[in-house]
Amino acid sequence: MIPELGHFALILALSLALCQGVLPLIGAHRNDAALMSVARTAAQGQFFFVALAFACLTWSFLQSDFSVAYVANHSQLALPTVYKVSAVWGAHEGSLLLWILIMSAWTVAVGRYSHRLPEDFTSRVIAVLGLLSVGFLLFTLFTSNPFLRLDIVPQDGADLNPLLQDPGLAIHPPILYVGYVGFSVAFAFAIAAMLSGNLDQEWAKWTRPWTTAAWCFLTVGIALGSWWAYYELGWGGWWFWDPVENASFMPWLMGTALIHSLAVTEKRGLFKSWTLLLAISAFSLSLLGTFLVRSGILVSVHAFATDPARGFFILAFLGIVIIGALILYAIRAPELDSAAGFKLLSRETFLLLNNILLVIAAAVVFYGTLMPLLYDVLKLGKISIGPPWFEFAMLLPMLPLVLLLGVGMHSAWRMQPHKALAKKLRMPALVAVVAGILIPGLLYGRFGVMVSIGTAAAVWIMVSALIEPVRSWRRAEGATAISRSMLGMSVAHFGVGFFALGITLVSAFTVETDQAMRKDGSVEVAGYSFELRELRNVEGANYQAIEGRVEIRRDGELIGEVLPQKRQYIVQKNWMTEAGIDAHWNRDLFIALGDQLGNDTWSVRVQYKPMIRFIWLGAFIMALGGLIAISDRRYRSPA
Amino acid sequence: MSKFLIPLFAFLLLVAVFVVGLTMDPSRIPSPLLENPAPVFSLPSLQDPAVEVGSANYANSMALVNIWATWCAGCRQEHGFLLELAREGDIPIFGLNWRDNRPDALQWLQTLGDPYIASAFDVDGRVGIDWGAYGAPETFLVDRNGVVIHKHIAPLNREIWERDFVPLIRAREGVE
Amino acid sequence: MTPRRQRMWAVGLAVAGIALAATFTLRAMKDNMMFFIPVSDVVAGEFPENRNFRVGGLVVDGSVHREPGSLEMEFRVTDLRCELPVRYTGVLPDLFREGQGVVAHGRIGAAGDFEADTILAKHDENYMAPEVAESLAEHVSEKTAGLAAGSAECETQ
Repeated sequence: MIPELGHFALILALSLALCQGVLPLIGAHRNDAALMSVARTAAQGQFFFVALAFACLTWSFLQSDFSVAYVANHSQLALPTVYKVSAVWGAHEGSLLLWILIMSAWTVAVGRYSHRLPEDFTSRVIAVLGLLSVGFLLFTLFTSNPFLRLDIVPQDGADLNPLLQDPGLAIHPPILYVGYVGFSVAFAFAIAAMLSGNLDQEWAKWTRPWTTAAWCFLTVGIALGSWWAYYELGWGGWWFWDPVENASFMPWLMGTALIHSLAVTEKRGLFKSWTLLLAISAFSLSLLGTFLVRSGILVSVHAFATDPARGFFILAFLGIVIIGALILYAIRAPELDSAAGFKLLSRETFLLLNNILLVIAAAVVFYGTLMPLLYDVLKLGKISIGPPWFEFAMLLPMLPLVLLLGVGMHSAWRMQPHKALAKKLRMPALVAVVAGILIPGLLYGRFGVMVSIGTAAAVWIMVSALIEPVRSWRRAEGATAISRSMLGMSVAHFGVGFFALGITLVSAFTVETDQAMRKDGSVEVAGYSFELRELRNVEGANYQAIEGRVEIRRDGELIGEVLPQKRQYIVQKNWMTEAGIDAHWNRDLFIALGDQLGNDTWSVRVQYKPMIRFIWLGAFIMALGGLIAISDRRYRSPA
Repeated sequence: MSKFLIPLFAFLLLVAVFVVGLTMDPSRIPSPLLENPAPVFSLPSLQDPAVEVGSANYANSMALVNIWATWCAGCRQEHGFLLELAREGDIPIFGLNWRDNRPDALQWLQTLGDPYIASAFDVDGRVGIDWGAYGAPETFLVDRNGVVIHKHIAPLNREIWERDFVPLIRAREGVE
Repeated sequence: MTPRRQRMWAVGLAVAGIALAATFTLRAMKDNMMFFIPVSDVVAGEFPENRNFRVGGLVVDGSVHREPGSLEMEFRVTDLRCELPVRYTGVLPDLFREGQGVVAHGRIGAAGDFEADTILAKHDENYMAPEVAESLAEHVSEKTAGLAAGSAECETQ
C-alpha cells in the first residue's frame, strides 16, 4: 500500500509541477496576478508530494519490503539501518527521486526568499524550475519508477553494493546533488531574465547568493567524493579523471566562473552575455553529467547500471532544455547593453581572464572526457585518456589562473595604478618564492622545479588572500571593518591556496610501493616501518573479512596501528579492500592488503602521502568562504 | 550570422555525437550467434555430477537457455518471472549455472524455487563463453532446429517477454 | 602606447600563448592516448611500438603463475583466437580471476611478452569492459563454427 501511495504521490507531484511550470509563465506574460501567484503554491504542493513519495520509499526500505523491486535489488535484511536509508539513493531510480526532491526544495526556498523581487520575475523563475521538474518526473514515472512491485516476493534482497556501504558515500550524493541541482536556480534566473528582456545589475545581485550557495555544496560534495575514493577505492588515489568525476568537476569550474562573472555584472553592469552563457552552461553541464552517468555511453567504475533507452530519454530532455536556453540566448544576447569601460590593469580585466581560464579548464576536461567517445563514434579505435594528459593539460590554464588570482584580488575596478599594486604585492611575492624553495627542500629534502613553482604559487595565493583581513584586523576595528563579502572572498581564495599546496606536495613527494609482507616481517617506506603482527578472521553485519594488524613505527617508536581488511560481502560475493590509514594533519600512512601469497604472506601496497589532508581541507575552506560571503548584510537588509 | 548562435550549433553537434554513441552501446551488440546454430554441449548436471545434461535436453523443441549464478543480483531479480514462465509451461527453460559453486547454487534453487527442466553446472564458464556470454543473467531463445533466434542481456521480466520473445515464438510456431 | 595599442598587444600575446598551449596539449594527447588492441592483433605484430597501450580478454584458465612469496606474476590473456603472455609485478585488483575478463596497460617487452604496469579492475562481477566484450564477440562464432569445421588459426607474425 505504501509503495502505491508513493507512486500516486509522484503522479500528483507531476500534475502540480505542470501547473507550476505553465500557469505562472502565462501569468507573467499577461501580468495576471492570480496566475502568477500559482507559482509559490504549486511549488509548495509539489514539494509536499515529492517528499511524501520519498518518505514512502524510505519506509519501504526500513521495513525491508522486498515486494518493491528497487528495495529487493538494493537492500538486505542484515543491512545496517543507516545503509537501508542511504540505499534509497544508492541506485538510479532512487537517486533520481532524490534529485527531484532537492529540486523542489530549492524551488520552495526561492519562493520563500524572493519577496523583494518583482512578481513577474519570480513567477518565471519558479515556472522554469517547474518545467525542469516536469521533465525529471516524467523520466522517473516512465522509465525509472522506484515503486515497481515484484510478482514473487524474494525472502531476502540482493544487498546494497558494498562500495556504497560507507558513511562517506552515504552523504556524498545528497550534498553533491544540492550543488548540482542548485545551479538550476541560476539557470532559471537566467531564463527568466531572457524572457522578460531585463538583465541588469539588480538581477545579478539577486542571482549571486543562490549561485554561491549551490557552489558551496558542490565544492563540499566533490571533496567528499574524492576523500571517499581515497580511503575506499583508489589504493591511495584521490582523483582519477574518471568520466563521472569529470562530470561533477565541469559544472564546478563553470559555477566558479559564474560567481565571479556575476560580481562584475552586479558591480559594473558588464560581462552580461558572459554571465548569461555561464549560467546556462553550469546547469547544462549538470544535466550533461546526469546523462553521462546514467546512459551507459561512457564506461566508468562509478556509472549507474546502464540502459541506452534511458539514455535517449535523458538526451532528449537535455536537448530540449539546452537548445531552448541557447535559442533564447541567441535572441536576447545581442540586445544586451554594456556601457562602462575599463583599463587594461583593472579588476575587470582580471575577472575576464578568470572567466576565460576557467572556461578553458572546463573545455580541457570536456575534451578529455569525450575524446574516447568521439574516437569510437568515428571508428578510429578504442582509446582511453589517462590522468597524465589531464594533469598536464589542466596545468596550462590553472597555473596562470593561480598566479593572476593573487594579483586580481587587490585590483581596483576600472583602473588600478600599477605602482600601488606592486608595492602591496611585494611581500607576498617574496614570501612565496622563499617558501617555494624552502618548503620542499627543508621538509622533504628534495628540490625540484615543478614542486617549487607549485608551492610558491600556493603560498602566493595564501599570503595574498590574507592581506586585507589582516590589515583590517590591525586597524583595531576588529573583524567588523571588513565586509563579509570581502572576508568570504579572502577565506575562499585562501582555501584555493591551501588546496594547491596539498596537491603540489602530494604529487611530488608521495612514496608508493608494492611489496610482499610476511607476518612479523616489516616493510620500510619513507622512514616508517610497517610490521604485520597478526592476521585473523572477522565478521561484520553482512560480510566476512581477513584482517591484518599492522604496527607502524618511526625510529623504533610505535606511532600507530592500523587494521587493513580484505572483505567478502556475503550476498554479492564481491571482494573489497579496506585500507588501513594512519591519518595526521600533515601526512597519511596508507596500507592495503593485496593478495595472499602464502600462508602468512600477503602482498601489500604501502604509501606515504604528505599533506594529502590539505586537499580536502582546502576545499572545505573554499566552501566556508562562500558561506561567509552569502551571509553578508546586503542580502539580509529589511524589506 | 550572429556570433551568439555559435553555442547553439556547437551543442547540436554534441547531441549528434551522443546519439550516434548511444546507438553504438556495447550491450546492444547483436550476438554473433544470432541466426546461427547454438552451441552443442554436455555438462555435469547441477544436482548430480554423474548425470550429464546439455543441448540434448531441449533438442527438437523451442527453448530458453538461461545463464545464471548466485552471485548475480539481476538473476535474483528475474527469478520470480522465470518461475512464472515455468508454471505456465509454454516453453522449457534450461539453466546454465555459470562460474558458481554447487552448494550455493543448489541452496538457491531449493529456497527460491527451480524453474529449470535441467541445470547444467558450468564451473569454469567455458560453455558460457561458447554462448558468447559476457556476464549474467543472459537468456537465449533457441528454436526447434537449434538455431539461436534471440539473446537478451539483463534480467527478464513480463514486459520484455511480451515485447521481444513472444512475437518471435509465435512467428516460428506459425511456420511449421 | 595608446590604450588601444596596449589592448591589441595584450590580446595578441594571449592568442599566441593559447595557440602554443593548445599545440602542446594536442601533442600530449597523442602521447597519452592509449589504444585498446585486440589480442589477435598484438600477436600478429600489429601494435604500437615503444608505446603504452591496452590489451584485454579473458585470463586463460591455469595460466596464472606466481613466484612463491613474490609479487612477480605472469598469465596469458586470450580473445578466443590467440593467446598473449602477460607479465606483471605488483598487487592485483580484487576482481582479477582466471576465466574472467581483464584489461592490462603496458607495452610489449623485449621478449615479446606484454609487460603490464597496471592491471585494471572491472567494475563488478556481471559485466566486462566493452572493448573486451567486443573483441571476444568477434571470435566466439568462429569458435562455435569450428566445432563443425576446422577452427580459425591464430596468425602469429
